[in-house]
Amino acid sequence: MKYLLKSCTVALASLSFVTQTVAAEPLKALSKGEGAVTIVAWAGYIERGETDKAYDWVSDFEKESGCKVSVKTAATSDEMVALMNEGGFDLVTASGDASLRLIAGKRVQPINTDLIPSFKQIDERLQSAPWHTVKGVHYGVPYLWGPNVLMYNTDAFKDKAPTSWNVVFEEQTLPDGKSNKGRVQAYDGPIYIADAAMYLMAHKPDLGIKDPYELNEDQYKAALDLLRGQRQLVSRYWHDAMIQVDDFKNEGVVASGSWPFQVNLMQADKQKIASTFPEEGVTGWADTTMLHADSEHPNCAYMWMEHSLKPKVQGDAAAWFGAVPSVPAACKGNELLTDEGCKTNGYEHFDRIKFWKTPVAKCTSQSECVPYHRWVSDYIGVIGGR
Amino acid sequence: MTVLTVDTPGSSILPRRGGFAGALSDAFWRHPLLLLILMLTPPLLWLGIIYIGSLIALLLQSFFSIDDFSGVVNPEFTLATYAQLLNGTNLDIILRTVSMAALVTLASAVLAFPIAYYAARYAKGRWKAFFYLGVMLPLWSSYLVKVYAWKLILAKEGIVTWVFAKLHLGFVLEAILSLPVIGGNSLSVSYLGTFLVFVYIWLPYMILPTQAALERVPANLIEASADLGASPRQTFRTVLLPLALPGIVAGSIFTFSLTLGDYIIPQIIGSSRLFIGQAVYAQQGTAGNVPLAAAFSVVPIVIMGLYLAAAKRLGAFDAL
Repeated sequence: MKYLLKSCTVALASLSFVTQTVAAEPLKALSKGEGAVTIVAWAGYIERGETDKAYDWVSDFEKESGCKVSVKTAATSDEMVALMNEGGFDLVTASGDASLRLIAGKRVQPINTDLIPSFKQIDERLQSAPWHTVKGVHYGVPYLWGPNVLMYNTDAFKDKAPTSWNVVFEEQTLPDGKSNKGRVQAYDGPIYIADAAMYLMAHKPDLGIKDPYELNEDQYKAALDLLRGQRQLVSRYWHDAMIQVDDFKNEGVVASGSWPFQVNLMQADKQKIASTFPEEGVTGWADTTMLHADSEHPNCAYMWMEHSLKPKVQGDAAAWFGAVPSVPAACKGNELLTDEGCKTNGYEHFDRIKFWKTPVAKCTSQSECVPYHRWVSDYIGVIGGR
Repeated sequence: MTVLTVDTPGSSILPRRGGFAGALSDAFWRHPLLLLILMLTPPLLWLGIIYIGSLIALLLQSFFSIDDFSGVVNPEFTLATYAQLLNGTNLDIILRTVSMAALVTLASAVLAFPIAYYAARYAKGRWKAFFYLGVMLPLWSSYLVKVYAWKLILAKEGIVTWVFAKLHLGFVLEAILSLPVIGGNSLSVSYLGTFLVFVYIWLPYMILPTQAALERVPANLIEASADLGASPRQTFRTVLLPLALPGIVAGSIFTFSLTLGDYIIPQIIGSSRLFIGQAVYAQQGTAGNVPLAAAFSVVPIVIMGLYLAAAKRLGAFDAL
């Protein structure tokens, strides 16, 4: 029966049954490029000036290295994991909720940092971050990172930034005199349970939450209860950045967790929008360029990793996506990002960001945690009104 | 001897067409089964391996389960995954989707009938073309564009709210939106909005088969019914409706199954509560829980199986 299944499910096979290959040794020395490199990336991460001429950090690389860059964009972390499982790609810009899964699944290989001279230029806070470094072994180079900020409408809050996430979690009257019911949004992804857990960390210390991604049954239940209360306030959960922008413009939404991307977009559009880091801290994402275990173009891939850390590339990409560069040198003197850019996008708040990572059953801060697939089904239940 | 026969004028036996093509043609004529097998094998293989094969693989997956601790799929036969379908959250999703599909179908049928009736009975010449075009036109533009357009139309600060406000009827809209289950903060975040968009998107699929069925109802039957003293209501109930029913049922197969499987509209318009299609996507794509995703996708298959069996009894397939 298993044989039949294997022969039938080529499409589904990528998920669980595939036998994993053993991780290869990292490359010892660089040689000539193979002429091509393929990258799985978030939309807007690898630009070659096709959308806006000023934003191009691919053409120069192709000219210098002779490696033709092809990009496959993915919309979610899970899509990235699936594509990497399928194979045929060299690099992936994986967020923390995908990177550890890729490492555990042996889909990516360790990196020899000696071959990437710019590695030393990386923000020290990121060099050995736990979402790409396992037992002292580096599995990639940091690319960009950013916070999930609290975006709000300055009219509704009378130009006074809200100080707490309670504006999206608890029913209350906003400074403009109307209730927040139906006027706030939350992220339509199970990882948002961590935002609730982070809020409880500050407001219910007796639950003993140490890490919002590592929750035992009681802590998890408390987080879900908080989210059930939030369901009463939220008309629609946001999923797509552009739909959220539309909801702020046309649906009367005034506060929500969001990315600097949407904030920048709406401010550029002269909307009365601002963002803030509430006192409880924020969750965030940090992306790592990782190398596929069976990469066919490792030399070109190494060249791209080196290229991706150049201050100019980092600054341009950060400006385009509304993120923070991983190389601090990029924060100064970049025309597109401007000297204010890093600060606006959250550079100074690194310590207050709880970066996304996949919740696993065998967690480190306590004996047993609720795994991710339960986060998925329970968050569906919460949104469904259970 | 054969040569002789052939040369004889007026003979009814024609000469063999020589060559490979001729021989092949003869062989096929003598053994019709051979031709049939040759013609049908490629599509049957396609259907059997690609379509049925993947369907069976999917069905098999649904009898597996996911290990709660590690999240790894455990390939041993169990019905536990199907039992999960019956827990509150999942049952909600199924009931929500099925009732939405049923209501959308009902509303489409009611809306489509007068339109189809007019187009079939009264529209002539240019008007008839106009009607066809009017029904088909929305199908030519992108589905996504239409859905996003509706999101704007139904938004809190969109045109519908504006029109109600200008007519000083804002309170009517408020009253509708304050209804417990179907209401919400605005039309675009309520079940009512999802319903309206579903009806708009699938309506043409109901109008066309209904119109085809109505065109086949002989006009003199209706006249005869009137001559025999039936009131218009009686004529409609006992003559027109039974004769048009196969068409309506055929249309309902489209509207029902399309609503059952759609996962884009409820994601863009509505209150973020999941429908079956979205649940499959979330369980398979996000959670890696393939068995539950597979079990979920069996639900519409079963429902449609029952539905088609019922539709067949009502003669829906005669109208396709």
